[in-house]
Amino acid sequence: MSFIIWTIQLILVPVLSPLVIGVIRKSKARFQNRRGASILQPYNDVWKLMHKDEIISADASWIFRYAPYIMFAVTLVVGASIPLVASFLKNEYTSDILAIVYMLAIGTFFLALAGIDTGSSFGGFGSSREMTISALAEGGFIFSLLTLALISGSTNLFSISAFIAAPNLLSALPIMLAFLGFFIVLLAETSRFPFDNPATHLELTMIHEAMILEYSGKRLALMEWASANKLLIFISLAINLFFPWGIAQNLSLGAVTFGIVVFAVKVSLFCLVIATIESTIAKLRFFRLPDLLIVSFILNVVAIGLII
Amino acid sequence: MLVLIASPTGFIELILFFAVGAIGALCLRKDDKLANVRSSFFAIVGSLWGTIFSVGALFALNTILFSIGTPVFPLLSVSIAIDKLSAFFILVISLVSLFCSIYGFGYVRHFYGKYSIGALGFFYNIFILGMLVVVSASNALFFLIAWESMSVASYFLVVYDRRDPNNISAGSLYLVMTYIGTACIVLAFLMLYKFTGSFDFTIIKTMMGTIPDWIKNVVFVLAVVGFGTKAGIIPFHGWLPSAHPAAPSHVSALMSGVMIKTGIYMMIRLFLDILSPIPEWWGLSLLIIGSISSLLGVLYALTEHDIKRLLAYHSIENIGIILLGLGAALTFTSLGIHSLALLGLVAALFHTLNHATFKSLLFLSSGSVINQMHTRNMEEYGGLIKYMPQTALFFLVGSMAISALPPFNGFFSEWLTFQTLFQGIASLDFYAKWIFVGAAAVLAFTGGLALACFVKVFSATFLARPRSSEVAHAKEAPFSMRFGMGALAVLSLLLGIYSGHISAVLGYVGRDVSIFHDVPALFLSSEAGRLVVGNFSSVSAPVLFALLLVVLVVTWGVVRFFVYKKQEIHTGITWDCGTDLTPRMEITATGFSRSIISIFKSVLKPSMQHAVEYHDAVSRYLPKTRTVTLGVSDMYRLYLYEPINGFVVRLSRYVKRLQNGIINAYMLYMFVVLLVVLFLAVR
Repeated sequence: MSFIIWTIQLILVPVLSPLVIGVIRKSKARFQNRRGASILQPYNDVWKLMHKDEIISADASWIFRYAPYIMFAVTLVVGASIPLVASFLKNEYTSDILAIVYMLAIGTFFLALAGIDTGSSFGGFGSSREMTISALAEGGFIFSLLTLALISGSTNLFSISAFIAAPNLLSALPIMLAFLGFFIVLLAETSRFPFDNPATHLELTMIHEAMILEYSGKRLALMEWASANKLLIFISLAINLFFPWGIAQNLSLGAVTFGIVVFAVKVSLFCLVIATIESTIAKLRFFRLPDLLIVSFILNVVAIGLII
Repeated sequence: MLVLIASPTGFIELILFFAVGAIGALCLRKDDKLANVRSSFFAIVGSLWGTIFSVGALFALNTILFSIGTPVFPLLSVSIAIDKLSAFFILVISLVSLFCSIYGFGYVRHFYGKYSIGALGFFYNIFILGMLVVVSASNALFFLIAWESMSVASYFLVVYDRRDPNNISAGSLYLVMTYIGTACIVLAFLMLYKFTGSFDFTIIKTMMGTIPDWIKNVVFVLAVVGFGTKAGIIPFHGWLPSAHPAAPSHVSALMSGVMIKTGIYMMIRLFLDILSPIPEWWGLSLLIIGSISSLLGVLYALTEHDIKRLLAYHSIENIGIILLGLGAALTFTSLGIHSLALLGLVAALFHTLNHATFKSLLFLSSGSVINQMHTRNMEEYGGLIKYMPQTALFFLVGSMAISALPPFNGFFSEWLTFQTLFQGIASLDFYAKWIFVGAAAVLAFTGGLALACFVKVFSATFLARPRSSEVAHAKEAPFSMRFGMGALAVLSLLLGIYSGHISAVLGYVGRDVSIFHDVPALFLSSEAGRLVVGNFSSVSAPVLFALLLVVLVVTWGVVRFFVYKKQEIHTGITWDCGTDLTPRMEITATGFSRSIISIFKSVLKPSMQHAVEYHDAVSRYLPKTRTVTLGVSDMYRLYLYEPINGFVVRLSRYVKRLQNGIINAYMLYMFVVLLVVLFLAVR
C-alpha cells in the first residue's frame, strides 16, 4: 500500500506541472489580449526538446551534465514528500519542513553551479543573483512553515495540513500573515515577477533563464520540467498548508475524489493569481528585492509573535 | 576486551604513541624522509588506537579515573578522568587526526629540503597529544599545562612556513590572543581555587554549593572569554582567520576541525558539569554570542577570496551553530527542563563531530589545490575540476555537508539544532522565547548564506575556464592525500545516513553528564534510523538518501535509455556573443558575492577605492589605467584590538619611566617595597 502511495505521489507532480505552466501562460496571454498557445503546449515543448540533439560547451564539466538530473530528481522526491490531494498519506520519513527546504536547496545549489560551469558571463551573474535571492528567502521560507508548525504542534507537512484543515478562528490571522510571507518566498523561489521575468532573455533582467542559457535538448527539457515541478510544489505547499479545506482526510472514494477536484480548482485559481500579478506589476530592481524578502521574514516573525 | 581497551594503560599507550612519534621525529631530523615516515607512522597508529580506545571508553561501564605518579607539588596531580564526554572528544580528535596524518604523509613532501620536517613532526605530534590530554585532564593545573603545550605547539605550526612575513605576524597575533585567553582561564581557575581550595575538577564540583553566585558569574564571563578566544567566537576571533590559513593544510584542518572544539569541550565541562546549577542568563548569552558569531562568520566568509581564510571564517560560523545548541541546552538546564537540554547538548555534540569531519575535509582538499596552484587566492583558480577531478569531488562533498544539504551530515546536526530552538520557542517564557526566535532566524539565514558562499568557492575554484596559466600544470594529489580526503568524504556521508543511530549514542554520552543522569524520558529518540523529536518532528536519513539515489538513477536511466536514443551530443563553445572567450568574462569570487555584500553593507562596511591615471593629467579626458580596490574593513581590529593595543602601549610608556637606569632610584623602590611589606606583615 505505502509503495503504491509513494509511486502515485512521485508521479503526480511531474505529470501535472507542465499543465500549471500552460495555464499561467494562457492566462497571461489573455491579459495581453492574445489567444495564446494551448495549455498543453509545455508538454509539447518537453517532448520536442527530448528529441533534439544537444550541444554541450567544451568548458563544461560533469556538474553541468548531471545537474539537470539532480534538479529533476530532487523535485520528484520533494513532490513525493508533500501533501497533494490527501493529508492522511502521512509519511514520517521525508515530509519534514526542514528536509523539504534543504532538499530544494540541493537543486538550487546544482543549478547555480551549472550556471557558472560553462564560463559564460550570463550564467555567472545569474547564479550570483539566484544565490543572493535564495539566501535571503531562506529565512522567510523556514519561518512561514515554522509558524504553521508551532500552530499545529508538528513539523510534519501532512500533520500541519490535517490540523489547519480544521477551522480555527484564533489562528486565522497568523496563518494569513504567514501565507503572505510564504507567497513572497514562492514568487522568489520559482523565479516569477517581481523577482525574475520567466519570459525574457534580456541580460539585465534574467536570473533563472541566465543559468540555463547553455542547455539544449534533453537536459534543457529536464531543467524546464524541474522548474515547473518546483512551481507546482510551491503552489501545492501554499494551498495545502495554508488553505487545506477540502483535502482528503481519509481513504474513502468520495473524500479522495473531492480532494482531487478541490486540488485542481485551487491550483487553477492560484495560477490565475500568479498570472494576474505578472500581468499587472513590474519587475523590481534587483537591489529592491531584499526589502521584499525581509518583509516576508518580518510578516512571519509577527505571525510567530501572535501565536507564542 | 572492552575492559582491556578502555583502561588507564590504553590511555598511556595512546600518549606514548604520540610522544615517541614526536621525539623520534626530532631525533631523525637530519633526514627529511625518515622523519616524515617516523612522525606520520606514529601519528597514524596513535590516532587509530585513539579511535579504538575512545569507542571502548564510550561503551565502558565506568569512567576511567587514574593519576600518574605521586604528586610532587601539592596542587598539581597528573590525574586523568575519561568519562563519556571526554571519550567522545577523544574520538573526534583521533578520527580527524587519523585522516589528517594520512594526508600529511603525502602533503609534507613539498617541504622537503625547505624546512625541517623533524620539527614539523615533533610539533604535530605534541599538538595532537596536547589536545588529547586537554579533554581528559581532571586537574586544573595539569589541564593548563596541556592547554599550553597545545597552544605553543600550534603556534610553532602556524609559523612553520616562516619565510612568509604574513605568517609570522599571524603567529604573533595568535600567540598574544591565546595568552590573553589563557590569562582569563587561569584567573577563572584561581577564583574557583580560592573558594574550594582545590584544583581538582571533581572536588571543585562537590564544593560548588559553597561558592557565591557572583563568583560563579565572574567565572562564567572569564571562561567565555578564555575558551571563547580559543573557539573563535566573535569578537575574540581576530587570530583565527589569519592563523589557520598560515599553517600547513593538514594542521589547519586539525586546528579548525578539532582544536577550536577544545574550547567548546571546556565550556560543556564547566557550565553543564562542574558549575551547575547555573542561572538562566548564561545560556541566553551563549545563544546571543552564537547567533552573532554564526551570522557574522558567514558574512565575512562571503567577502573573502583567500580560500583558507574563507574556510576559517566558516569555522567561526559553525562554532556559532554549536554554541546555539549549547546555549539552548544551558537555558533549558537552568529552567529544569532536562529532556530538552539533552536535546540541545546532543545537537551541539553532533555538530561538533560533523564540523570536525567536513571542515577538515575542506581544508585538506583546499590544501591539495594550494599545493598545485601555489597561491591561496581563488581568483587565480578556475576549471580545476578537469585537472583534479577527485579533489573536486571531495571538495563538493565537503561543500554540500557544510551547507547543510541532505543526505550529508551537516544537515542532520543543523536539523537537531533547529528542533532545539523550535522547542524553546514553543515552551519558554517571554524574553527567553524571543532570543530563541532570533537564534532560529539567524540559523535560517546562515544556512542560506553558507550555501551561497560554497557555490562561490566551488565554482571559483573548480568550474569554468582557468583564470591563470598555473591551472594547466595542476595534477591530481598523490594517493595518501586522496585517501585522507576520500575517507573523510565517505565519513561525512555515513555520519549523515546513520544520524539516527549516532544521535542515540550521543544521547547516551549526554546522559553521562551528572545532571542528566535521571532524565525520565528522552525527547530525542531514534527508531529504525529515524531521528524523532517528541511528537514534533521526525526525519529519516536512510530513506532520504535511498529515495534521492533511486529517483536520481531511475531518472537518469529513463532519460538516457528510453527517451529517444538517437540523440547526438556535440561539443561546442560557450556562447560568446561573437567575441573571443576569455577568462575575464567569467564571474569571479569577488563579483559573485558583491551583491550580498552590498545588501549587508551596513554590517560589513565594504570599501571601494578608485584610482585613475590619465594620459593627459591636465585635461583628464582619457584615462590610461583605472584601478578599483575593493575591501572590507576589519572593524574588530579597528575598534577593539587597536584601542586595547594602544592603551597597553601607553600604559607601558608610563611604566617605562620607573625604569630610568639610575641605581639610586632602584634602591629607593626596594626600600619602599620593604617598608610596605613590613607594614603589612606587622599589621
